Amino acid sequence: MSNEELKTIISEILPNASFEETGEWLNIGLEAADWIESANKLRNFESMPFNFLFCLTCVDWKTHFTMVYHLRSTTTLDNIVVKVKLDREKPEIITVSDIWRGAELFEREVYDLFGVIFLEHPDLRRLLLTDDWVGYPLRKDYEDPINMIKL
Amino acid sequence: MVEEIGKTAEGDLIINVGPQHPATHGVLHLIITLNGETIKKVEPHLGYIHRSIEKMCESLTYRQFIYTTSRMDYLSAHINNHACALTVEKGLGIEIPARAQVIRVLMDELTRIASHELWWGAMAMDLGAFTPFFHAFRERETINDIMEETCGARLTMNYMVPGGVMMDLHPNFQYRVKNFLTLYKRKIHEYDELVTGNIIFQNRMKGVGVLSKEAAISFGVTGPAARGSGVSCDVRKLYPYEIYNTLEFDEILETEGDSFARYMVRLREMNESIKIIEQLIDNIPEGDFQAKTKAVLKLPKGEFYQRVETARGELGVYIVSEGGTTPYRIKFRSPGFSNLSCLDHITRGGKIGDLIASMGTLDLVIPDIDR
Repeated sequence: MSNEELKTIISEILPNASFEETGEWLNIGLEAADWIESANKLRNFESMPFNFLFCLTCVDWKTHFTMVYHLRSTTTLDNIVVKVKLDREKPEIITVSDIWRGAELFEREVYDLFGVIFLEHPDLRRLLLTDDWVGYPLRKDYEDPINMIKL
Repeated sequence: MVEEIGKTAEGDLIINVGPQHPATHGVLHLIITLNGETIKKVEPHLGYIHRSIEKMCESLTYRQFIYTTSRMDYLSAHINNHACALTVEKGLGIEIPARAQVIRVLMDELTRIASHELWWGAMAMDLGAFTPFFHAFRERETINDIMEETCGARLTMNYMVPGGVMMDLHPNFQYRVKNFLTLYKRKIHEYDELVTGNIIFQNRMKGVGVLSKEAAISFGVTGPAARGSGVSCDVRKLYPYEIYNTLEFDEILETEGDSFARYMVRLREMNESIKIIEQLIDNIPEGDFQAKTKAVLKLPKGEFYQRVETARGELGVYIVSEGGTTPYRIKFRSPGFSNLSCLDHITRGGKIGDLIASMGTLDLVIPDIDR
């Protein structure tokens, strides 16, 4: 299905969504407050359930964070990208680990490396770094002269 | 919560497997809560080989960052490099020569066979049989020799670059690959005789670590682990890249979802890879092995995502570019990471003795998970 057709279908079920045409897939912009409801709608969409969350990550844009969810439907093989803007001072978003269970580890990784708080997450702890690590390495302003990861 | 060392408040036993344990094939640490012999919870503890490759890549150019990805899933180094090269090519809009495409696919499939062979030997070893390891390595060594001759390395090849491959094939390549095909066909039946048909082995694998189709999709499991549960997820078929849409091969699917199904998927997948190699080995087109590219690559502003099928599943490379010579943000969606997330689900309620059989067939490579 082309991006235009997808856009028409999705704008019907998600009236609050904004769309942008960057990259090869349809980008859907959502507000953090709408996310859990929209996620449920996308997951349980009858003709095209977006049941496969194949990538979950975050991008630090220095002024704000963007959560990026790559979804695909295993029935129609269509892909969409959902983007949710977060406040950089207080990055909080609701977890989707009860909708797509694979998100649990992905979200822990994002919490570990970006410091985004996932509300109602079952087990939000650091994943890759040690529990007493200070700071969030994938943020753009992270500096650590001892454990140097910039080349 | 822990009242005395190694016990929870309910009197359950806590056991640590790893980070140094022969069956985890790397530094994976599992914290297992046991009630008698029954597993109540498996909690993976990661990060022992975390190198922050994603952050490193932010200061490496588009030619340099590919080399770090050989160190992720070191058994699919070619395929990782391939994914990165494809992403950069997608951003630049480069067409690559036909010869390079064929070479890439040949290398990918050889890597897949080598990886599955190592997995087969190592998994049999996990279950207590040492001999299969030597059988697997006999064939795998010939592949490594082929790689060594053409790429100059046996594991971290760094052979695929944006625009094609780094250098042309060694003159012996075709001859060596054909030798390997003969050897493989003469020996592959030993795999079945030695392990697959073995009743002890079957009893340990069947009905163990069952992953349903719905759970596999929900956990984001991909690769042979998901195909053992009947999820059609072979990227080579679903979203063909390179020349896979012109090749004849089957996507292997099993429906049981247990360890034995995952085992059979991998064994049969090796034969499909052999089929692909046979179609290509006599038809390598003449011509350039690399497209002409600029010395300094600059991706336009935007986002690029490319996925490939590695030996373990779907690898995604997500590049966010701001127009510079280095990526603004890069994310590797590694197959091992998602496959690991279902480990607790498939082992919970089972016996501790079955844990290794379940984990072995997920084929986890730890540097791929930690990155």
